[in-house]
Amino acid sequence: MDVGQMQRQWIDYTKSLFLEGFLDGQFLQLQQLQDENNPDFVVEVVSLFFEDSERLLKDLTFALNQNGVDFKKVDAHVHQLKGSSSSIGAQRVKNACIAFRNFCEEQNTDACLRCLQQVKQEYCLVKNKLETLFGLEQQIVAAGGSIPTELSFSG
Amino acid sequence: MGMAAETQFHVLAVDDSLIDRMLIERLLKTSSFHVTAVDSGSKALKFLGLVEDGKRNEEPPTIALEANQDVEVNLIITDYCMPEMTGYDLLRKIKESESLKDIPVVIMSSENVPSRINRCLEDGADEFFLKPVQQSDVNRLRPHLMKSKVKDEEDHHQISNKRKETEESHSPDKTRTKMEPPKVVNSS
Repeated sequence: MDVGQMQRQWIDYTKSLFLEGFLDGQFLQLQQLQDENNPDFVVEVVSLFFEDSERLLKDLTFALNQNGVDFKKVDAHVHQLKGSSSSIGAQRVKNACIAFRNFCEEQNTDACLRCLQQVKQEYCLVKNKLETLFGLEQQIVAAGGSIPTELSFSG
Repeated sequence: MGMAAETQFHVLAVDDSLIDRMLIERLLKTSSFHVTAVDSGSKALKFLGLVEDGKRNEEPPTIALEANQDVEVNLIITDYCMPEMTGYDLLRKIKESESLKDIPVVIMSSENVPSRINRCLEDGADEFFLKPVQQSDVNRLRPHLMKSKVKDEEDHHQISNKRKETEESHSPDKTRTKMEPPKVVNSS
């Protein structure tokens, strides 16, 4: 595959992530903040998101499996996860967190456990997608190409 | 007079989320601001040199002068939801401080709660941004910084104007800034 084909593949893949709702406009903002002086900005922020999320999901699992669930604590964790997913444009994770918080308010343990499953699922999906995307980027750069900076949605 | 060429504005960013700190720092730097980012309200107050009674550290003049120059902050942008000290608490402490109250403060929050927003704006916040913060939000910061700058210049001009009035009663006002209403010299 030549660089041009890899770049087109990257563009198509990125577009699909937006069309399928995995990512929203905030992810574009992240890409726009990346430049020659900060070439790894997106990967750095997203890696932080992965670390943060995994910790929070672990804490949530622990908190919801207690005998007396501390919903305030659960809500605080979900609030954090909602914030960080929103900040990087992980739309489906964010939306799952919004639903989750409603059930925290109702102090409904079973519903919360289902929400947690949902959030975990969405997180795994977006993590795989982003890792695939970054893999494509590495291939392009290794082949001497550059990552496209403009995504035109007209084509 | 004689302000030096294009001074870089220094923004203090406060957010307990590392991801959001990275984002806001990048956004601000893209707009050519000099940025210091801290993860709590108490660290922000420490950086600003605020001690509990609201005054700056009382130190011998020479040291205080250096400290002031090092930590001159032109704008504070803070998250609302933080453990221990919220962005609102921080806002209040800044506005209650003689030395810091004129620094513009901007609050950010991921939650759109009108009563929260109104309370912050009523208690002295210059802007309230909903997260995730955009480049267009950051572009709205400059007028607040320029306003503080003009106010400083205006204060200096008013002092020198008063002196001029006592010396020469008919000299035209050469130092009028945007903020002063125009003096009517000749009515027509």
